[in-house]
Amino acid sequence: MKKEQQLDLYYQMVLIRRLEERGAELYQAGKIGGFMHLYIGQEAVSTGLIAAREPRDRVITAYRDHGVALNCGISANEVMAELLGKATGMSKGKGGSMHMADTSKNMWGGHAIVGGHLPIASGFAIGDQYAGNDNITICMFGDGATNIGYFHEALNLSKTWGLRVLWVCENNQYGMGTAVNRASAVDEIRRKAEGYGMKNSEVDGMDVMKVYDAAKEALNFVRNESQPYLLEIDTYRFRGHSMGDPERYRKAEEVKKWQENDPIGIFNKQLLEKKVATAKVLDEIEARAEAEVVKAVEFAEASPEPAMAELFTDIYAD
Amino acid sequence: MAKITMREAISQALMEEMDRDPAVFIMGEEVGVWGGTYAVTKGFYDKYGAARVKDTPIAENAIIGGAIGAAMVGQRPIAELMTINFGFSAMDYIINQAPKLHYMFGGQFTLPLVIRAVGGGGRQLGATHSQTPDAIFAHFPGLKVVSPGTPEDAKGLLKSAIRSNDPILFIEHATMYQVRGEVPDGEYTIPIGKSKVQRAGKDVTIVTYCKGLELSMKAADELAKQGIEVEVVDLRTLRPLDMEPVIESFKKTNRAVVVEEGWKSYGVGSEIASRIYEEAFDYVDAPIIRVAQKEVPLPYNRTLEQAALPQVADITAAVKEVLK
Ligand SMILES: Cc1ncc(C[n+]2csc(CCOP(=O)(O)OP(=O)(O)O)c2C)c(N)n1
Ligand SMILES: [Mg+2]
Repeated sequence: MKKEQQLDLYYQMVLIRRLEERGAELYQAGKIGGFMHLYIGQEAVSTGLIAAREPRDRVITAYRDHGVALNCGISANEVMAELLGKATGMSKGKGGSMHMADTSKNMWGGHAIVGGHLPIASGFAIGDQYAGNDNITICMFGDGATNIGYFHEALNLSKTWGLRVLWVCENNQYGMGTAVNRASAVDEIRRKAEGYGMKNSEVDGMDVMKVYDAAKEALNFVRNESQPYLLEIDTYRFRGHSMGDPERYRKAEEVKKWQENDPIGIFNKQLLEKKVATAKVLDEIEARAEAEVVKAVEFAEASPEPAMAELFTDIYAD
Repeated sequence: MAKITMREAISQALMEEMDRDPAVFIMGEEVGVWGGTYAVTKGFYDKYGAARVKDTPIAENAIIGGAIGAAMVGQRPIAELMTINFGFSAMDYIINQAPKLHYMFGGQFTLPLVIRAVGGGGRQLGATHSQTPDAIFAHFPGLKVVSPGTPEDAKGLLKSAIRSNDPILFIEHATMYQVRGEVPDGEYTIPIGKSKVQRAGKDVTIVTYCKGLELSMKAADELAKQGIEVEVVDLRTLRPLDMEPVIESFKKTNRAVVVEEGWKSYGVGSEIASRIYEEAFDYVDAPIIRVAQKEVPLPYNRTLEQAALPQVADITAAVKEVLK
């Protein structure tokens, strides 16, 4: 990968981290409401994955979607404005944290019903197959989502019909407070694909370059073979499931152990060791991300609330 | 009489019934180690263990379908839906199986099943997580639908539901767990399918339940200061529906407002209004007004969301309107 692109990935990861740290503060201050699920700790997953796609490939994910939105090229301004429920958010303040989308950037949302978006992802691929193009739908979901029927119906259909879907399971070890092995008959999620005769693999989600390489390979397979593929990415969320999680289900030592594997720290070290950048350059990138977030908060705070009439728009298209 | 929260009342009912009957167990997402998303089953996992407080996978069909099966073979499961919105993922079991099986097989077995579900808007959770779809569930004969508005009723009705041999959907409201109220000391139950006058008055009848009760009682307080005496009838159970206290009240006041949090079209208010017209037409002095949610999916933005939800001011305005 070219040096500039590597540095851009670093920038994206730091941007996600800073934006969410600021988001958490704004939530505590009561400026953001509802459910907010932070991606902190998992930044390498969507950053590596989305860097590997072609712009024509569609991305759809669950409610833990701020990082995915930023990686797809949605501006920090819009993400922050949507979090604050402002008219300038990409969903006009009607969607909130869990519902970030910009279809012009092939980011098809943020979806909050666990597993509910998987059959829809199959549907994107049905549409593209019908249109005769070779677009891929990249569908991200959690480990917990692989226990609901939607997952199984969608995977089966995608294999039976030869749909171009890259199924990406972000295994962050827990669905809310339930550890994978307490909820899933197999704790290696990718083995579920085998029941559908689907090619699959697993990759370390704390290393952005490894994620990128695995995603490239999987996407090539999907595009060339016109077959779905399941990629399991091992990762960990450093924060609670959502804001206000009492975290009784895991030990502080466990969290600490994973935090020592911080994906941003790992990438920082790699960039220095491979002499892709000097510490000064990386510091500058971090400062640039920080400034972008400061600007985004200013933009969001200064943005207007949606007009009352917005309550009644977009209910129907006709 | 002790003053406790809705959360404590529901928690006490569950505990008392688990202590009373070993056939009772709980299954649902995050009910155990986490202690319940709304902390209703906090401490249960330690007290009763994993066999009686079952953390399930995220699999609503397996939760409700599984609870139906366990009930059919003689256990008394309490299945928890983290929110009622996730019940839509198990709709076949809730409306197409549970209400039919006893009837369709000629009463050969029973379904002593309670589905606890958290409903309601007002927490900025967005369109898919904020619904008050009680009316659609109440549409189906064979399912009982209970939705209390006070801690006393929540405790007594839940205990009855657990002891009942029928499938019962027990709907709680996400914003009401901190509501406090007097609860009788010691053992008591409240019969399912009985409406109750929660406040006596002579000028207008408000018919409501659950969150609507909280709002209506506040509206009644405000109206009392203006010399308007409202009678508030709480349905408590949507199916089977007990119209007796409603009709009795209406015959006295001749005017009614129906308050619900769900959408107006095809809603609880529509049912109540038609029943009043059918059963007490000669007593009608003014058209009945339905106060309900605006006909939109609920938005995230707080101001818009509040504008879509029924408010105390909507109720006081409706009462004044029926008095004109
Ligand atoms: C059908 C449905 N059931 C339950 C929920 C509540 N819920 C939201 S997130 C979640 C955990 C999902 O875990 P996982 O798929 O592993 O994703 P993660 O949060 O770890 O990213 C649950 C149970 C829901 N949103 N939808
Ligand atoms: Mg998970």
